Amino acid sequence: MTRKAELTKKAELTKPIQAAGTTTAAPALRAHSPEVSAARARRWGAFFYAEQVLRVMKGYGWTIVMYGVGQPVAYLFAMGVGLATLVEANGAGEFGGVSYLTFIAPALLISSAVMTAANEFTFPVMDGFKWRRVYYGPHASPLTPEQIAGGQIIAVTVRFLLQSAIYFAVVALFGASPGAWGWVSILIATLAGLSFGLPLMAYAATIKEDRGQFAMVMRFIVMPLFLFSGTFFPLDTLPLSVRWIGWISPIWHGTELGRVVAYGYEEEPWLTIVHVFFLLGLAAAGWVLTKRQFAKRMAS
Amino acid sequence: MRVSELASKESRVTNHSDATPQYVITAENLTKRYGDVTAVDSISFRVPAGEAFGLLGPNGAGKSTTMKMIGGVSQRTSGSLHIMGLDPEQHGPEVRAHLGVVPQQDNLDEELKVRDNLLVYGRYFGLPMSYLKPKADELLEFAQLTDKAKSKVDALSGGMKRRLTIARSLINEPRILLLDEPTTGLDPQARHILWDRLFRLKEQGVTLILTTHYMDEAEQLCDRLIVVDKGKIMAEGSPASLIREYSTREVLELRFGSERNASIGAELEGIGERLETLPDRVLIYAHDGEAALEQVTARGLRPVTSLVRRSSLEDVFLRLTGRSLVD
Repeated sequence: MTRKAELTKKAELTKPIQAAGTTTAAPALRAHSPEVSAARARRWGAFFYAEQVLRVMKGYGWTIVMYGVGQPVAYLFAMGVGLATLVEANGAGEFGGVSYLTFIAPALLISSAVMTAANEFTFPVMDGFKWRRVYYGPHASPLTPEQIAGGQIIAVTVRFLLQSAIYFAVVALFGASPGAWGWVSILIATLAGLSFGLPLMAYAATIKEDRGQFAMVMRFIVMPLFLFSGTFFPLDTLPLSVRWIGWISPIWHGTELGRVVAYGYEEEPWLTIVHVFFLLGLAAAGWVLTKRQFAKRMAS
Repeated sequence: MRVSELASKESRVTNHSDATPQYVITAENLTKRYGDVTAVDSISFRVPAGEAFGLLGPNGAGKSTTMKMIGGVSQRTSGSLHIMGLDPEQHGPEVRAHLGVVPQQDNLDEELKVRDNLLVYGRYFGLPMSYLKPKADELLEFAQLTDKAKSKVDALSGGMKRRLTIARSLINEPRILLLDEPTTGLDPQARHILWDRLFRLKEQGVTLILTTHYMDEAEQLCDRLIVVDKGKIMAEGSPASLIREYSTREVLELRFGSERNASIGAELEGIGERLETLPDRVLIYAHDGEAALEQVTARGLRPVTSLVRRSSLEDVFLRLTGRSLVD
């Protein structure tokens, strides 16, 4: 067979199908070649999957917005206004010279992102592998398991950013973010969400049977972290026996960073660097484990 | 190996004949083990372009595992496998870009609307919306789901979900379609609609690879099939040639009641070419079923019911494995 004949034969093989019932008069619809599909998927696959997750999120978009607005308003009123009158009656010195509201606002912002992470990186992962097996649709397409994991992370990151921006806007309206760099806390909250969420995602990807593990995570990990991460009072007011919870908590590291940018909270510069590296390191480790687990589970 | 390399390799082998088909799938000694269990045990086959190729076998025969390896989502333990000349383990995205896949379990996105399922899936291939929107409408028409375009997926019946999954698998205009048990769990009418759609694709020259444990489905759709049991290929050929080779033209089915079916065998000795005793009935394989029935009554035996029918792939499977396809 000549080279030309081979090429014709190959073209014949890759010729697209036309669905039945298409009239010849209509301009022919043609998908690009499989080679183009594969090249695009290799390059942009994670974003293609992120698009899908965001479409699904749009379905509960109002919940996200209401959660983003409602939660800070409720917390800021209850803690920052209600509780603050009691707290501040004992002197504001404990909180670095700022109002109690200003003190807890960054903590609430970070905690909110971490709690969202605890939802977005658990049940949807179980749904993907087991309940409705939504990962297995894209898995049969040119996308790789790593890209599916990556896409979901990108989409949730978008949610973190959106939700934190709303939260920050509400906080700013309450006048609880006096510093010019306060908006950076949106990024810090997103990073804290990922640093807590990605290791959790790796764990969620290993779960084959739902025996209430996620409820346990909420009760025995998220809640203690929320309470003992210097959220409502400085961490060093706690005895050492529980203070370590803060040290290993993304909420504490995120909150302390948030306080630095929101009102110029003074801490040792090395400690600020530790916060950043702790959050980045945990997120990176979580990402590596998640990728590995997704590839392993989907190839079996 | 690239497509062109494969093409040239094939053409070297078959230089003298232009009629020799080019293979879109070649598997050699393909094996998959899960721990101690060998799900697929060194099977070899080739599928030329445009063929409807079936894997027929009972549940657990290794059909789905084979499909997953072809689909580039499960790694083989040993052997070689090429799809469009590419090894799916090294060129996963490239191989999968050539395929349309209809999995055994529907995995549609139930939170999205029917049409959005098609759009989203097309995006995984990097297809632009300018192509996807009209294409989605075209495929909904093809799947007879146009009036359901805006419905949520969970409002669809089983047959409709299946058709939507098939429509989804066609969004990238694949030349090879993998169908894993496409009609399992569907009612007869839904199955016929689906078969009709698959016929149309076949007419357009799409290579169909399908697994089934329904012999009628295999007979209806497949040009050629392999009968698989316990991970091994038991036989290979067209439905008609398999029946010719492994069965007689007709089959006489007799029921004597569950008590007597087992013991009656000796009394039927010598009628037809072969006798198969099942718990609920006795099968006599004969060229002429009616003549065999006359012989039975001539011996004074009175079956409760009798039925003469054409041999089917079910009989082939029974002959090859001693077991029924559907348990």
